[in-house]
Amino acid sequence: MLDGRGALRRRAGLRLWLSAGWQAVVMLAALFAPWLAPHDPLAQDLMLGRLPPFWLPGTEPGYWLGTDSLGRDVLSRLIHGARVALIVALVAGTATCLIGSTLGLIAGFYRGWTDRIIGRLVDIWMAFPPVLFAILLIAVLGTGLSSVVIAIIVIDWTRFCRVVRAEALNQSQMDYVHSARVAGFSRPRTLMAEILPNVLPVIVALLTLEMGIAVIVEAILSFVNLSVSTDRPTWGGMIAEGRIAIHHVWWVLAFPLAALFLTVLSFAQLGEGLRDRFDPVLR
Amino acid sequence: MAEALFRVEALRVELPDMTRKPLFGPVPRLEILKGLDFEIPRGAVLGIVGGSGSGKTTLGRTLVRLMEPTAGRILFDGADITHLPDAAMRPLRQRIQMIFQDPMSSLNPRLTIGRIIAAPLNATSRDPRVAEALGHVGLPAEFVHRYPHELSGGQRQRIGIARAIAMRPDFILADEIVSGLDVSSQAQVLNLLEGLVRDLGLTLAFISHDLSVIRRLCDRVIVMQTGRIVEEAPTEALFEDPQHDYTRELLDAIPTPDPTVRW
Repeated sequence: MLDGRGALRRRAGLRLWLSAGWQAVVMLAALFAPWLAPHDPLAQDLMLGRLPPFWLPGTEPGYWLGTDSLGRDVLSRLIHGARVALIVALVAGTATCLIGSTLGLIAGFYRGWTDRIIGRLVDIWMAFPPVLFAILLIAVLGTGLSSVVIAIIVIDWTRFCRVVRAEALNQSQMDYVHSARVAGFSRPRTLMAEILPNVLPVIVALLTLEMGIAVIVEAILSFVNLSVSTDRPTWGGMIAEGRIAIHHVWWVLAFPLAALFLTVLSFAQLGEGLRDRFDPVLR
Repeated sequence: MAEALFRVEALRVELPDMTRKPLFGPVPRLEILKGLDFEIPRGAVLGIVGGSGSGKTTLGRTLVRLMEPTAGRILFDGADITHLPDAAMRPLRQRIQMIFQDPMSSLNPRLTIGRIIAAPLNATSRDPRVAEALGHVGLPAEFVHRYPHELSGGQRQRIGIARAIAMRPDFILADEIVSGLDVSSQAQVLNLLEGLVRDLGLTLAFISHDLSVIRRLCDRVIVMQTGRIVEEAPTEALFEDPQHDYTRELLDAIPTPDPTVRW
C-alpha cells in the first residue's frame, strides 16, 4: 500500500517536471526570442529556400531546422511563434477562467434566479457553433492578437461556467457549508473561504486545459488567416504554409505541429501534475 | 425545573414535495413537523429519539435555524428567533452550535484542523482557544496541521466537538453524532461528551435513533414518530414505564446483554 502510493507520487512528480520543463523552454523562447533566434524570422532569401534540417544532406550551417520555400529560417520562426502562442494561452486562458469560474461559483452557490439567468445564458451561448462564432467575431473586430484573445474568452467562458457551477452546487450540499452557517459566516465568506478551496482543483485543471485549447484555437485562426497579420510568425500560420508545400518541405509543417502538440499536451499534464502534488486530499 | 433555554411552541415545518409536482399549478407541500411543543431547560441534556423519517433531524436543523419553520415559535433564552433574518441571527450563532452526523462531510476536506476550529473565532483569542478546545476533546495540539482525511472516524468526530465548544456556546445540538462510529469509538465520544456537559455547563440536545445511547447521556427524552411527539418523559421513567406503543417498540429493539442463545 505504502509502496504503491510512493510509486504513484514519483510518476506524478515526473509528469509535473517534464511538462513544467517544456513550458519553461517555450516561455524562455517567447521571452528572449530576439536574442535566441539565429535569424530574422521574416528575412527572405530565395537562394536559401527549402533547406532541410541539419541532419539531412544539403544543409547550410546555421539553419538548424531548415528553411521554408521563401528561405525563412524555421527555427527562428518557431521561436518567435512561441510568443503569440504563450500570450494567447496566458491572457485568454486566465481571463476565460476568471469570468467563467466567477459566474459558475455564483450560479452554483446562490442558485435561485441567479442560477437560472446564468444557466439560460450558457445554454443560448452554446447553441452557436464555436468556430463560426469565432470567425464572425473576428470579422467584426478585425484581425489582431487582441481580437483572438477576445474571441477565445467570449466563446469559451461557458466551459468553465458549466463545470464550476456543477462542482460548486455539489460542494454546497456538504455539511461543512451548513456548519459555516452555524458558525455565523456570511454567504460570500462561506463561498470564498469554504467552497472555493474545494472547487479550486477543478478550476486549476480546467485552466491548464483551457490554455492548451487557447493555443489550438489561435492556431486554427492562424490557419484560416484570421489571427495576427502575416508579418508576425505564428505556429498556426506556419502549419498553414507548410501544408501547401508538404511534398517538398515537410519540416515546415512538422516542427510547428510538434511544438503545438507538445505545448498543448504539457499544459494538460501540468494541470494534473499540480493537482497530484498540491491537493491535500490526494496527497 | 430550571428556566428554559429553548422553548418551542406549535412548531410546524413544511417542505415543497417536488416528486409530486404537477406540470402546472402549485407544488404540493409535505408536512414534516406537525406541531411540536417542548422546552429544553438550561443545563439539561435532552434526548430526541425516533426512527428514520420521524422528523428528528428536521427538528434539530430548525432549532439551529438551518431550516425555516412554517408556523409556530422558537424562543432562545427568551428571544424569539423563529424568523430572525440571517444577519440578525449572526450574533446569536456563537451561542448555538451544532455537531454533525458525518464529520467527513462537515469538516472541510481542504482546510487544516487548526483552520477549521479557528475560522469562526476572532483573531485575538484564536490560538489559545484552539489549543484549549483540542485539549478538552483529548487530542494533541499538533493536530492543527493535519487534514480531516488523515484522522480516524472517532478523532474526526472529536474535531467536530472541539469546533463546537471552541465557540463557548450555551447550547449544542448533536445530530446522530455516534451512529457512524464503531462501538469503542462510540463509547469514547459519549464519555467525552458526558464530561464536557458536566464541566462546561452545556445544554445539549442529542438526536439519536438508538435508545441505549440516549439512556447513557440524557435527562429527558422526547420520542418522535412521523412528525409528532408521542411521548416525553424523564429518561428513567421512560425506560421503566413506557407509555406509548411506539416507545415500547423502540425499547424492544435494543439488543440486550444476555439474549437467549439459540445457536
